[in-house]
Amino acid sequence: MPGEETQPRSRDPGSDLRIGLECGRVNLSGGPRGPEEANEESGTSPQHPVPGPFGDAAVARRRADELRLPRLRFRKGLWERPGSRRAKMAEAAESPGEPGTTSPRPLFAGLSDISISQDIPVEGEITIPMRSRIREFDSSTLNESVQNTIMRDLKAVGKKFMHVLYPRKSNTLLRDWDLWGPLVLCVTLALMLQRGSADSENDGGPQFAEVFVIIWFGAVTITLNSKLLGGNISFFQSLCVLGYCILPLTVALLVCRLVLLAKPGPINFIVRLFVVIMMFAWSIVASTAFLADSQPPNRKALAVYPVFLFYFVISWMILTFTP
Amino acid sequence: MAAVDDLQFEEFGDVATSLAANPDATTINIEGPGETPKRLGPPRGSGREEDDELLGNDDSDKTELLAGQKKSSPFWTFEYYQTFFDVDTYQVFDRIKGSLLPIPGKNFVRLYIRSNPDLYGPFWICATLVFAIAISGNLSNFLIHLGEKTYHYVPEFRKVSIAATIIYAYAWLVPFALWGFLLWRNSKVMNIVSYSFLEIVCVYGYSLFIYIPTAILWIIPQKAVRWILVMMALGISGSVLAMTFWPAVREDNRRVALATIVTIVLLHTLLSVGCLAYFFDAPEVDHLPTTAVVPNQTVVAAKSS
Repeated sequence: MPGEETQPRSRDPGSDLRIGLECGRVNLSGGPRGPEEANEESGTSPQHPVPGPFGDAAVARRRADELRLPRLRFRKGLWERPGSRRAKMAEAAESPGEPGTTSPRPLFAGLSDISISQDIPVEGEITIPMRSRIREFDSSTLNESVQNTIMRDLKAVGKKFMHVLYPRKSNTLLRDWDLWGPLVLCVTLALMLQRGSADSENDGGPQFAEVFVIIWFGAVTITLNSKLLGGNISFFQSLCVLGYCILPLTVALLVCRLVLLAKPGPINFIVRLFVVIMMFAWSIVASTAFLADSQPPNRKALAVYPVFLFYFVISWMILTFTP
Repeated sequence: MAAVDDLQFEEFGDVATSLAANPDATTINIEGPGETPKRLGPPRGSGREEDDELLGNDDSDKTELLAGQKKSSPFWTFEYYQTFFDVDTYQVFDRIKGSLLPIPGKNFVRLYIRSNPDLYGPFWICATLVFAIAISGNLSNFLIHLGEKTYHYVPEFRKVSIAATIIYAYAWLVPFALWGFLLWRNSKVMNIVSYSFLEIVCVYGYSLFIYIPTAILWIIPQKAVRWILVMMALGISGSVLAMTFWPAVREDNRRVALATIVTIVLLHTLLSVGCLAYFFDAPEVDHLPTTAVVPNQTVVAAKSS
């Protein structure tokens, strides 16, 4: 049983893209005993033995322990018929994913793709899996070195940076969203844009907190706006996209910083203006490529305009930055 | 059967005749826009035509029905707030166009808003205006002081927060006060026209749109140009506001009505002139760079030689 349960995962190189109802997989071979195992795994009711088909909940608990079953997750494509499921697994295996390792599971990412077929009972409870618990039960990542764990996350973040720099219509940014990239970019921007404490004037550049608040509250406002207009993108997916698309502007800030080391003058300013305008356009194109599809077609302009305003304000802060 | 007949859209020849036939019925005129001049023919006082217009255009019937069904979710659900963003791109453009071209006799609220007030326009127009004023002010100050040797450019970021406070306070508190005032007057004098709070917020928000290009044009450092722009913007948006609120206070005591309209326009003036004075430095200073630079250059030349 344990082998049966772990083997399929190592067979799937693209397993980072699919999260599965592990309990359901075991049940397919072992008969219906979803309920009490689901209850056991949720961790909420170890003291409430649920009578199940086996009759003895203690037995079920022991079996659950020795199987080291993971938490319930939803696997996209699991609930379809076996033929199409295999086809989808093959297709998912080719899509970008780290071979042999699992990257952080997206929350609710596969939920919209679930189609429930008649022959597989839908059991278990929907709990939000915490990532550390997944790793705990996931024996393929439990014994790996710390370097592997960290490198996996770093590679995921780096992959998303690449997607921003070469924007294609891919779903990676939306599916496996994370907020590491936006946090790093936002902190970098705020650290570099803040005026020094030695500056005695009241009117100067923004403080660290002002930049931070503008970026995060700007992103939250844009996300709320797009959801209120009827867009079907999730809150954190949108935050992820908006945050990652600040990358070109951060590059522009670094370039401006370097250019400002040279002699000040109109040529200096024109070079900086050109760089900032280019990166601003790049950010807009990148974020629109990811976000535009999620809006209803007659409101696309209404949803894209705030993104334009957001990046314009950040570009302005970068352009007027004087050390 | 009677219920089915009521739901059929019939052509009513004339409001006066149908009112004569059935004086108790509410009549809503659904004629097309081409027939409007004919409608304004016989017995119309100066007040009645505006009332007929206020009763709406072709699909006001539908929108009145829909308005009743729309906001049915409780206020703690997300869907409740989605009803305030139920506008399409072309509708927002139409409303902006309506605020830029005030036509005498056309009421902005009835013509464009039509029981579908949105919060998208007011919110994002105010946000754009905040940044337009702050950025233009910064740019204009930079251009004015460009030649001065003692001038060190600062981005003046603090002004963004000040601008935001002023504009959002104006766009939300003044409508709130006006709505409260109209409600109070309505309890004393029966007015035909009354606006909901969101409709007033909508009118104010869209009327601020004219200030966005005005703020950008204020970069030009000529006093005359700036004051002409103020007059134009004030004229357009002030007339939109005045024409919107005149029907609401018309039935009231003459002096109260006039005072209300004058206060509305005065507050609008205060906003625009205040923004101009605070965010944009006076351009007389640009005489100085030409006179200040010359002695500096001679001093520098003297020192280097």
